[in-house]
Amino acid sequence: MNRFDYVRPATFAEAIAAASEPGAAYLAGGTNLLDLMKGGVVRPGRLVDVSRLPGLGAIEWLADGGVRIGALVRNADLAHDPEFARRFPAVAEALLSGASAQLRNMATVGGNLLQRTRCAYFYDVAGACNKRQPGAGCEARGGETRNAAVLGWSEHCIATHPSDFCVALVALDAVVEIAGKRGERAVPLEGFHRLPGETPEQESVLEPGELIIAVRLPAEAASFSRHVRYLKIRDRTSFAFAVASAAAALRIEQGAIVAARIALGGVAPKPWRARLAERTLIGVGPDRPHFDRAAAAALADARPSGDNAFKIELAHRIVARALALAAAGTPARLPALPASPFAPVAGVLHA
Amino acid sequence: MPEIVLSAAPAHLRHGSTIGQPLTRRDGILKVSGGARFAADNHPPGMLYAVLAVSSIARGRVALLDVAAAKAHPGVVEIMTSANKPPLALDPDAKTNPFMRRLELLQNDRVRYANQPIAVVIAETLEAATEGAALLSPRYEEEAPRARLDAAESFVPPAVGVGQPSETEIGDVEAGLARSSRRIEATYETPTQFHNPMEPHAIVAAWDGDTLTVDTPSQGLAMAQARIAGLFGIPAENILIRSPFLGGGFGCKGLFTGPQVLGIMAARLVGRPVKLVLRREQMFGPVGHRAPTRQTLRLATSADGALLALSHHTRTASSTFDDFFEPASDVSHTLYASPAIRTSYEAVRLDTGTPTFMRAPGEASGSIALESAIDEMAEACGMDPLAFRLRNYAELEPISGKPFSSKALRACYAEGAERFGWQARPLKPREMCDASGLLVGWGVGTATFPALMFQGQARAVIRKDGTGIVETGAEDMGQGAWTALAQIAADGLGLSLEQMEFRSGSSDLPDAGIAGGSAHTATAGMAIAGAGAEAIAKLAALATGDERSALFGAGNAGVIARGGRLFRRDDESRSESYADILNRAGLAEIEGRGSSAADPVAQANYAMHAHGAVFAEVKVDPELGQIRVTRLVGAFAAGRIINPRLVRSQYYGGMIWGVSFALHEHGAFDSRSGRPMNPNLGEYHVPVNADIPSIEAILVAEEDRHVNALGIKGVGEIAITGTAGAVANAVWHATGRRIRRFPITLERLTEPLPR
Ligand SMILES: Cc1cc2nc3c(=O)[nH]c(=O)nc-3n(C[C@H](O)[C@H](O)[C@H](O)COP(=O)(O)OP(=O)(O)OC[C@H]3O[C@@H](n4cnc5c(N)ncnc54)[C@H](O)[C@@H]3O)c2cc1C
Ligand code: SF4
Repeated sequence: MNRFDYVRPATFAEAIAAASEPGAAYLAGGTNLLDLMKGGVVRPGRLVDVSRLPGLGAIEWLADGGVRIGALVRNADLAHDPEFARRFPAVAEALLSGASAQLRNMATVGGNLLQRTRCAYFYDVAGACNKRQPGAGCEARGGETRNAAVLGWSEHCIATHPSDFCVALVALDAVVEIAGKRGERAVPLEGFHRLPGETPEQESVLEPGELIIAVRLPAEAASFSRHVRYLKIRDRTSFAFAVASAAAALRIEQGAIVAARIALGGVAPKPWRARLAERTLIGVGPDRPHFDRAAAAALADARPSGDNAFKIELAHRIVARALALAAAGTPARLPALPASPFAPVAGVLHA
Repeated sequence: MPEIVLSAAPAHLRHGSTIGQPLTRRDGILKVSGGARFAADNHPPGMLYAVLAVSSIARGRVALLDVAAAKAHPGVVEIMTSANKPPLALDPDAKTNPFMRRLELLQNDRVRYANQPIAVVIAETLEAATEGAALLSPRYEEEAPRARLDAAESFVPPAVGVGQPSETEIGDVEAGLARSSRRIEATYETPTQFHNPMEPHAIVAAWDGDTLTVDTPSQGLAMAQARIAGLFGIPAENILIRSPFLGGGFGCKGLFTGPQVLGIMAARLVGRPVKLVLRREQMFGPVGHRAPTRQTLRLATSADGALLALSHHTRTASSTFDDFFEPASDVSHTLYASPAIRTSYEAVRLDTGTPTFMRAPGEASGSIALESAIDEMAEACGMDPLAFRLRNYAELEPISGKPFSSKALRACYAEGAERFGWQARPLKPREMCDASGLLVGWGVGTATFPALMFQGQARAVIRKDGTGIVETGAEDMGQGAWTALAQIAADGLGLSLEQMEFRSGSSDLPDAGIAGGSAHTATAGMAIAGAGAEAIAKLAALATGDERSALFGAGNAGVIARGGRLFRRDDESRSESYADILNRAGLAEIEGRGSSAADPVAQANYAMHAHGAVFAEVKVDPELGQIRVTRLVGAFAAGRIINPRLVRSQYYGGMIWGVSFALHEHGAFDSRSGRPMNPNLGEYHVPVNADIPSIEAILVAEEDRHVNALGIKGVGEIAITGTAGAVANAVWHATGRRIRRFPITLERLTEPLPR
């Protein structure tokens, strides 16, 4: 591990000033950043530890029914907040389907949004990676590409964004609150992460020194609470990143869908909102043919980035299944195996 | 000896022998309270930290190391390279016996595989050493690596495993195949696997002149000691290895590895104690792995389902510079009766580290292929897979024609099937569904593992206060040697566990042989029992020859040792305590020595194996392909059970590894660079608790009079075999899809949907 400075600012302003220097990085739960540092994947010259900054640790209910989640709220605390889980069950389910209990106890909301890709070549410091070293090339191309993206990738980078939490959030129109040298701003999560294009090293719209201070969910997001699910396919039953995942939310009135939200995970460089697919569902009945049509729309632009064509079909099926699960109704209790197809829900496959 | 205070045994559950009682691990409290000191927990005064720099290419040579930059880093003390390494007494590439690995000890600039050590950085702190290693910024002359089973010309290896022939045939396989209309031929592939014990290889080495003290996990203390002695040209007695606890071994801590030797060399170079701990990713290269295999099985039966021919061919790989050939075909020698059996091998040489023994080496990889093929053959015969296995039950060992020393496999099949509810299984695949619409399948596999024994020694002492000591350099990898061997020791001395001290885990004790081949309890246990018996015999001679003793003249009637007293066998009212006997004789203590080895006569006349039957239920999501093993029942017969609790947990562990083999473990390599691409426990998957919702192990009674006097077979590895195949067979039964490439992953099961 390289030598680095460690600072623990007392205020936002101090934090932002300290992190604006080149080579500085914020440290929150450290579950991602410290691993990367130990592997030499990132080598920050200065760690700005915000984990004790006051004012970032609360879940606040807003007057209009929305919620504001401080950037330092732990993943576990948020998922287990009863009021939060009641209004946003799929977000809680997504959180609990991620990582392990120990990691969720440590990981923060802000850190989850900014966790780096799990591309094996990003971790393999001996190989070329445009994210680690802009312009070096992308060794993932032509290599082991099972986990690579099928949507939104470019010739320069085919990596996926690994977060589960973000998929549910982006489906529900979450907004990221950011503080920087020029004050505070709010950015919809959908526009927060960037596609790789020619600059895969630029992963978000954050400017140097900018700090995530909160994530907001609008009141409308809770209006889906009766028909909202997160579904995650993985190589083992728990403690694995998604091979592909989907969040689906429906508002159903008199047998017809009046509002729909769909997002995909594990298949794109960012949490992937499928707006066109959502539109195909407005006004139709909640049944499998419509869900299949929506799924097809969600994957219309998908193309393999290597040996991963199966993910297109798989993602299609996950979207259709997540919609069917959402239509069947949010379970009264969070399943013991969150977001797993093995959480028993009778009759779902035949919905 | 380090202070190792084992938990007192609980008050006896019943009188008589300690053997057979389900004691909890006597090192359990030490482990869960942090009191068990593992190798890397040792910090002798003045200790420095060493970190390996490893190669990022798989083939070529190191052209340049920036030693100056690394050395300039604050805290770095020394860089050990091929230029300044301390001299060795033996060429690291010399191999004088098959239980020896050729090692990379900086002997030259060649790179033979990715993650090969190319330098060692020694520093005041771990962080400084780590950064020093990064600053070496090696440059290479790279050659194209050979990374896949198809990447090189194959040859027939001279031997496989440890000296087993690479070609064996009984009967005429081709004739059998030609004669039958019922035949199958199928090819199965198993991947590279890495042992991945929780505790990485670690060593703390301290020299004092020409004597050396080493803390390091080892599955074979005496072998390690001899290896170090040979390499450094010092007498073995000068070397003390302490290895009281291993955080798992699974075979990769069996033969002494290069990184461990490098830790000792580093300590010699700097003249201070040095600690070297492998990083997780460095476990993927220099410490061994299970080689990939491609196995082709050809089977033929008569019209009524009797096997006529069984041919098992394996293509596998070793490194370019050393030999270890995974003996996968050999499992077909012993399991199913067939008048014609042929096993054969071919191998390629790849730019990888040298493979080694890993959790049922050969048996595990061979079993998943054989059990799959047997299932395919049963299907071709239209038979229930269990009925088919019973139809081809081997009464004699097929390859040798010898009788089995014992074989309670029929009882395993029966008890396992009963417990699992096998008779309700529909013959055809894809007939069962649960309430959520998940496909359900049931599969069976036969488990088998040879009952081996190595050579071991032990010492037993009875002291004049009536207490005892038993010593043997056994190795506890977590399997429970501290407990099970102490149970044997207590019975051997006729004492309760509280009345005796059991010492183990250190090379200054008698050599207990290796903890491997599932043979440790038999090997060390027989030596311990022998030592106890000799001590008791000496004590009895004192008493029966002394007219002041109540036992005087017992002579041929003999005595029984129990609870710290000797009793006349023909009159138990006449007895005397050990203390009284010794005190009267004026002796402080009496010593017995025991040794063990396989009995060549029994071996010549009997085939010796443990057996079992494993039943698995899986559920598969038909659209999404995700698989879960929802139920596992294993029934195993392995001779005398010393401690049923420990044995059951060995079976559980083995069965979980079997699931891991079938569904999870896979060392991914980039075929262009030859580098491992998932060298961490986040991506190299083994099952988590949620993957194993229900597991049962049935201990089937079996008495064996031939394997050894205690009747002990091994239990450590057997449960992997059988289980892996049972899971694969259950996946077929659930889905109707026969996946022949392991692990079975979800994309191989998602089926095209009509749309
Ligand atoms: C073994 C393993 C398995 C995992 N499995 C999953 C999984 O299945 N699903 C899943 O979704 N995730 C998974 N994770 C990832 C985990 O969710 C993230 O590591 C975690 O959310 C990161 O949060 P943190 O607070 O620890 O972030 P840190 O590691 O502290 O920081 C991560 C990044 O965010 C930046 N950062 C942190 N906070 C702020 C802020 N307030 N403003 C600006 N920048 C900030 C840091 O500079 C850093 O670049 C897994 C992680 C591990 C190690
Ligand atoms: S896919 Fe992206 S992260 Fe992976 S190696 Fe290529 S550039 Fe780097």
